[in-house]
Amino acid sequence: MSLLELDSVDKIFGGLHAVRGVSLKIEAGSIFGLIGPNGAGKTTLFNVITGVYTPEHGSIRFEGKPITGLRPAEIAARGVARTFQNIRIFKTMTVEENVMVAGHHLHTASLFDALVRSRRYERDERALRERARELLKILALEDLAQEAAGSLPYGSQRRLEIARALMLSPKLLLLDEPAAGMNSQEARALNEQIRFLRKELGLTVVLVEHNMAVVMNVCETIHVVDHGETIAEGAPAAIRADAGVLAAYLGEAPEEALS
Amino acid sequence: MTRAALRTAVACAVLAVIYLLGMALEAGLTDYVQRIALLAGINVILAVGLNLINGTTGQFSIGHAGFMAVGAYGAAFVGVQIAPALHAAIHVDALANALTFNVALVAGAILAGFCGFLVGIPSLRLRGDYLAVVTLGFGEIIRILFNNAKFLGAATGYFGNDPSGLPTYTSFFWVYAWAALIVVLVHNLTFSQTGRSLIAIREDEIAAEAMATPTTRLKVIAFAFSAATAGIAGGLFAHMQAGVRPEDFRFEKSIDMIVMIIVGGLGSISGAILGGIFVAVTLELMRDLQQYRLVLYAVLLVVIMLVRPQGLLGTRELHHLLRKRPKSGKATGAA
Repeated sequence: MSLLELDSVDKIFGGLHAVRGVSLKIEAGSIFGLIGPNGAGKTTLFNVITGVYTPEHGSIRFEGKPITGLRPAEIAARGVARTFQNIRIFKTMTVEENVMVAGHHLHTASLFDALVRSRRYERDERALRERARELLKILALEDLAQEAAGSLPYGSQRRLEIARALMLSPKLLLLDEPAAGMNSQEARALNEQIRFLRKELGLTVVLVEHNMAVVMNVCETIHVVDHGETIAEGAPAAIRADAGVLAAYLGEAPEEALS
Repeated sequence: MTRAALRTAVACAVLAVIYLLGMALEAGLTDYVQRIALLAGINVILAVGLNLINGTTGQFSIGHAGFMAVGAYGAAFVGVQIAPALHAAIHVDALANALTFNVALVAGAILAGFCGFLVGIPSLRLRGDYLAVVTLGFGEIIRILFNNAKFLGAATGYFGNDPSGLPTYTSFFWVYAWAALIVVLVHNLTFSQTGRSLIAIREDEIAAEAMATPTTRLKVIAFAFSAATAGIAGGLFAHMQAGVRPEDFRFEKSIDMIVMIIVGGLGSISGAILGGIFVAVTLELMRDLQQYRLVLYAVLLVVIMLVRPQGLLGTRELHHLLRKRPKSGKATGAA
């Protein structure tokens, strides 16, 4: 059984068929790349998987159970965490608080406990803070824990989004262009961090990314979409040599254009 | 349990201080000044409660006078109903009065909170101006209902069964004891996982959802909580002036509350406290100007928006400004 299965998923916005019959299977423990030209439907697929959009057709299964039509918060609680292409951190909160927000499952104390500041509340609050600190350390953000999140540089904000997503203790981590705006040194560090997360936290990672140095280096399987449809899937080497993929990125292959 | 003992001691000390201050105030100041002090305390409750919605959660309610009205009528009515029985059971008048009053206040708060819950469930899926319109409509519906409810005196208002009106239980002690309790509760709510989640909803609702935050549930909880605090304020208000009239809870009352939290800084509890006091005092200072004071409020709001749009304190708290940035992230404040 695959960790995540999409079965002929369609998402339509008015006249735009943003995702058309996409099926894919993501095995537990893999690092999976989702690529395609701009507007190919990659982020829409993420939004369909995480429940932001409900697909018109098709089904989505996570750990064998259907999650189609569930609310984003329910899907997140089941262990599907994500980051956003256009960074969505909580700007006025501190870096640490940003991460703590995602720790609902570690915080079982009731609102009443919080109102009277019971021991249970304080125990949970401590647990949240400790876990947040650990994750910030993994993402090399521990020195910035008390800074306002909005004041961080771009690359750090992207890493903060990853730390926050990890706070959900997810099984599946969806990263939407994590390397965007990073320099090559930061991107290399990101590769290491992604591998580290898989190894240490047992995560399955899905990556939407335009930075080919990152995608080809870190992904084991790459799924290519264009105009909402699957055009190829395979190992990085095979994808790099695939005529259809080249056509999608660079235009029609010369021999076809000539014929 | 040293911790519980410490807390009890602090609570008793605070109540004692409030009590002594109240005694001094009642002995040394004119009725007029006392009334302003009571109104200031009631405003603090209103502002701190409303700030939870409009400031912390980033929703927009302009119908809070409606919840205050429910609390006021609820407390007044319940108080009148239970007073004879309590007086029959407890022969010490002062004790029976205190008990009647607080039971009535809590009953009013529960009613108001329940209304907040009812309004919140359908409307908190709406955002911004849409929610504002729903709450505005709710406030007016409530006022008009009371305006026509015969058993609550309709347009004349509700003054109980006694010709001298409702008993004026409201004293400096009760107003400020309740204000202190509500400030502590709202503070503890704001600086907790629930409060962080509410701020996350304000900052980015989509991201908050993606972090498994039960956004609708939390918004409804905050709304009901805020409505309940407005209900307490309403009950105190009702028993301050021996009666409740529908026109005490016009739309302008909701606007007053909004002015309080905008002056103080949306999202700041200490700001809301300052704003509540500010509005009580300035409303009195401008009393001679009569209807022009509303114009002055409008001008004041425009000036604040231009000069200091974040309000007096922004989203910060006074104690954040007074102490230096902590090196290690200690939990903010205990009860």
